Amino acid sequence: MLGYISRRLAMMLPMLLGITLISFTVMNLAPGEPIDLMTSMNPKATAEARERLRARYGLDQPLPVRYVKWLGRVVRLDLGRSFSQDNRPVWDKIRERIPITLAINALSLLLILALAIPIGIYSAVRQHSFVDRVLTVFVFVGFATPTFWLALLLMILFGVHLGWLPISGLQSPGLAGAGFWTIFVDRARHLLLPVLVSAFGGLAGISRYMRSNMLEVIRQDYIITARAKGLPERTVIGKHALRNALMPIITILGFSLPGLIGGSVIFETIFAIPGMGQLFYGAVMARDYPLIMGVLLIGAALTLLGNLLADISYALVDPRIRVHDHE
Amino acid sequence: MTMNDGTTFGRRLLANPLALAGLLVVATLFAVSFLAPLLAPHDPNAIDLKNILIPPGPEHWLGTDQLGRDILSRMIWGARISLKVGFVAVGIATAVGLLLGTLAGYFGGLTESLIMRIVDLMLCFPSFFLILTVIALLEPSIWNIMAVIGLTGWMGVARLARAEILSIKEREFILAARCEGAGHLRIILRHVLPNALAPVLVSATLGVAGAILTESALSFLGIGVQPPTPSWGNMLTAGKDNLEYAWWLSVFPGIAILVTVLGYNLLGEGIRDALDPRHYRRRR
Repeated sequence: MLGYISRRLAMMLPMLLGITLISFTVMNLAPGEPIDLMTSMNPKATAEARERLRARYGLDQPLPVRYVKWLGRVVRLDLGRSFSQDNRPVWDKIRERIPITLAINALSLLLILALAIPIGIYSAVRQHSFVDRVLTVFVFVGFATPTFWLALLLMILFGVHLGWLPISGLQSPGLAGAGFWTIFVDRARHLLLPVLVSAFGGLAGISRYMRSNMLEVIRQDYIITARAKGLPERTVIGKHALRNALMPIITILGFSLPGLIGGSVIFETIFAIPGMGQLFYGAVMARDYPLIMGVLLIGAALTLLGNLLADISYALVDPRIRVHDHE
Repeated sequence: MTMNDGTTFGRRLLANPLALAGLLVVATLFAVSFLAPLLAPHDPNAIDLKNILIPPGPEHWLGTDQLGRDILSRMIWGARISLKVGFVAVGIATAVGLLLGTLAGYFGGLTESLIMRIVDLMLCFPSFFLILTVIALLEPSIWNIMAVIGLTGWMGVARLARAEILSIKEREFILAARCEGAGHLRIILRHVLPNALAPVLVSATLGVAGAILTESALSFLGIGVQPPTPSWGNMLTAGKDNLEYAWWLSVFPGIAILVTVLGYNLLGEGIRDALDPRHYRRRR
């Protein structure tokens, strides 16, 4: 198993290399450059001053040289410094944003699983029932709902008309020094809508997937055997069928990671949450090359790690998959 | 299943009420797009500062926005954007995916492993990040959006095409064609591709829905279709800015997106079921 994991980790390196190479090329081939933005406010900026700025940020060198230099720094775990006014190290900027985005995505994954699995099981066991049809309609509507629109509707309903929930940011002003529970409740109220919104998109797909897995499994011979030997229906469905239907869900969760991370750009922008998505949006708008590369690298690494975790847990739960250390 | 039996396919499609509903939505989208100048009650770009943020009423059925423009008229013109984005983006994705998938499946070996590694690479990209980067750095224009959505969405089609071709290329009729002296290009175009088209058609129809969603998200973020050109996504930006005063700005364009995407999805699922009745019985 350890051999398998280390081999998979080693395979991630060429993938990351490819991803950064594509991003770097795409980013730099786009017309215009950060210096344009920096000097656009100042019409008196001379060509000479522009050249000085370009040299200062290393933009005067040819593209391959810049990529190799960037890569050389990344190998030494240095993502460079942001082009923005504060000129802070990219890693510092990312580090303070990651926990928020990860926390929201983890919460919404939990919510998705907590809802999608029971929904999937119920729809499969009671296939063609009224509830199954209602859930199927819900799934189709869920697939078609733009997340940001759902966010707007929830903000209008709960934030503006009912006034129950805050609609932006992570905490209310003036809470410093308040008790733990006050802060906890405040944080929970701020997170409720973002988590709901980001869970909604995945919910439809995963409950649908769970349903079709379950339908597939309950037609298998071993389920008939379990019923034939007189096991109660609860045990047949809850134990024999569920375990086998759950396994493919692990892989799907791994694959849904890029979508979740990408989706954070949208809901973090709408709800004004200071996470990775918002950081990235700002970086792209300001053409902050080192920051863009940093976020893309970290995002891709997280995605690859997620896929690896999914594969490992799949191998752990499915005895049919043998992972050989020596191939 | 092939589509040789066109009438059976059509009859099956129309017999499925959900697919019929989807077809109706897509047909309506076409009609509204082409007839926009006739259908729109007002000029979609006519600014009327005396009538800003008017709630839905007899003069403006769906209300007006922050510049006094008629929401209904802007939505009708916005249908053109959605129609165009869906078709062009998916056209690009399908062309690239078919080309690379066919090459990989047909020739195998090094070509195949190279192409499939690229597919893996693209799949583990948080693709919305990539789209965002490219779009924000290029001039925002509808053509750039369609190109970028297309160029980041071809991997599924490539996998599908490769899998289909792997299963087709060993069949006897391919061998027969080769014996008759047909070249690679002729075999691919005349014998392999037509047999692989069915699943690709399904995935393209579903892909249109995805492309429309992505365009609306980009336009909502302000880096997609630029105002004053109306698109359902950028109309929702105004909705966000006027959240406290004007719910109608947020509600109606969103419904248009939802119904359109739902329509394409239903149609796609319907085509899948009509092409393969076994699938219909197994999955539902």
